Amino acid sequence: MNLFADAVNWILEPANYVGSNAIPLRLAQHLVFTLVTLVMASAIAIPLGYLIGHTGRGRGLAVTTSGGLRAIPTLGLLTLVALWVGIGVVAPYVALTVLAIPPILAGAYTGFEAIDRRTVDAARAVGMSELQIVQKVEVPLGLPLLIGGLRSATLQVIATATLAAYVADLGLGRYLFAGLKTRDYAEMLGGSMLVILLALALEGIFALIQRFVVPRGVSGRVGGRAPGTTDSTPVSHSLRTEDPTVAR
Amino acid sequence: MFTITRGRLALVSAVAVGAVVALAGCASGDPLDEGGSSAGSETLVIGSQDYYSNEIIAEIYAQALEDGGFTVDRQFRIGQREAYLPEIESGALDVFPEYTGSLLQALDADAPGGTADEVYTALEAALPAGLTVLDRADASDQNSWTVTQAFADTYGLTDIASLTKVTEPITVGGNSELETRPYGPTALKEKYGIEIAGFTPVEDSGGPLTVKALVDKKIQLANVYTADPNIASNDLIALDDPDGLFLPDNVVPVVSDKVDDSAAEILNAVSAALDADTLVALNALSVNDQAAADTIATDWLTEQGLI
Repeated sequence: MNLFADAVNWILEPANYVGSNAIPLRLAQHLVFTLVTLVMASAIAIPLGYLIGHTGRGRGLAVTTSGGLRAIPTLGLLTLVALWVGIGVVAPYVALTVLAIPPILAGAYTGFEAIDRRTVDAARAVGMSELQIVQKVEVPLGLPLLIGGLRSATLQVIATATLAAYVADLGLGRYLFAGLKTRDYAEMLGGSMLVILLALALEGIFALIQRFVVPRGVSGRVGGRAPGTTDSTPVSHSLRTEDPTVAR
Repeated sequence: MFTITRGRLALVSAVAVGAVVALAGCASGDPLDEGGSSAGSETLVIGSQDYYSNEIIAEIYAQALEDGGFTVDRQFRIGQREAYLPEIESGALDVFPEYTGSLLQALDADAPGGTADEVYTALEAALPAGLTVLDRADASDQNSWTVTQAFADTYGLTDIASLTKVTEPITVGGNSELETRPYGPTALKEKYGIEIAGFTPVEDSGGPLTVKALVDKKIQLANVYTADPNIASNDLIALDDPDGLFLPDNVVPVVSDKVDDSAAEILNAVSAALDADTLVALNALSVNDQAAADTIATDWLTEQGLI
């Protein structure tokens, strides 16, 4: 018996499309859970990342903190939160939001940092206010890297959202846990394949978005180099030398 | 430089020869032969499940056997039944603390239930050649339908069948496999006509998350193991099971042929002393006081006069 064939049969089995454990229902739950998590993580990480990117302050702290957040085992955090707030959807939302914050935060501030300082100076020179600089220059130019961060966060969340089923009747993780515990490996593998398919679909969407958010005239690369910097990579996560001509 | 190398070579050789002579000296006195008693001639391998309570029992067996002059090799925390059962059957393990009903069902999926004695007799018959079970203990650690004391008081619940008196929706919580087990929500409905409103997965095998969910009233009915000290410390009550919905799971040592009569006698003495309250008390020492398995075992065996 081929396990992969069994898993595909499990996915195609009509009996798995009815009732409270139906595949479309679980897929929808998984997708909604992932999107809500991403919205919550973005609401925290994007403003914070923009603040860090625009002012240049707190970068060291942000790098260390988000590095620390990345190291937190999600299942451990989930159990800890669940012991505090009880079972249900709250604990998975908290744990997965913590997982999604670091990549989005990094995407937001590196997006700002990667912008040629001369562009920002020019905006200031033509009389734009700081708010206008953020809105009209930094946000559009930083968008490709932010979308990159969101893309990476989405991939992590969609795979890890299977853990939501540890404490809630939610998502594709139900198939994984149930299949594992009852040794129904076709169900387990079928559930995993659905997670992979969902991840690939969202990856495709993000790849398209990332292509279209690049502002005209930038063409995916932020060209040139600011005077006085030694940074040779136009889009870079490396620490950029402070430009003395930029008023902070 | 050449002379230095030679000098070193001589030194190394001297050490090597010395070591060989010393080791040869050791070999003549095989430590395994020094036990004196006829029983101590072989090492008994003791295993345990990856479950703290099972490890405590295995440690008790190990220390009792050591006290009787046997040499034991501890192979604890191996895993769950699927992982270690082949090891026992192959003879790699000599002593293993098991639970009668669960082991019987693992060996024979269609095994009928029954009283503790009936299950024990059925288990004796179901074991493969070369393996036997010694006396079973009174202590058991089995699945149960557990509710909070307050919930039981509200509806006057005593046994599983009395759940029909409950007027509010009952949500069941437990590992996801519980949903499909022969004693699961479906059985409650078919056998007793109990209406189950929903099932919530809590994948920690009746652990702290499940207990908290019960106490928080997120679920009303859960599967908690009966020897879990959390039942007493959180004011929970395991409903009586007069119809044998769950198979009795008495603690029993499964042993290989290498366990001789004198070793069996030691293990039977342990089983005789291990009653239901004792197991809960021993588990509580681990869960509530974070005591180590070997300390718990030594203290209990000393207290019982078994070592």
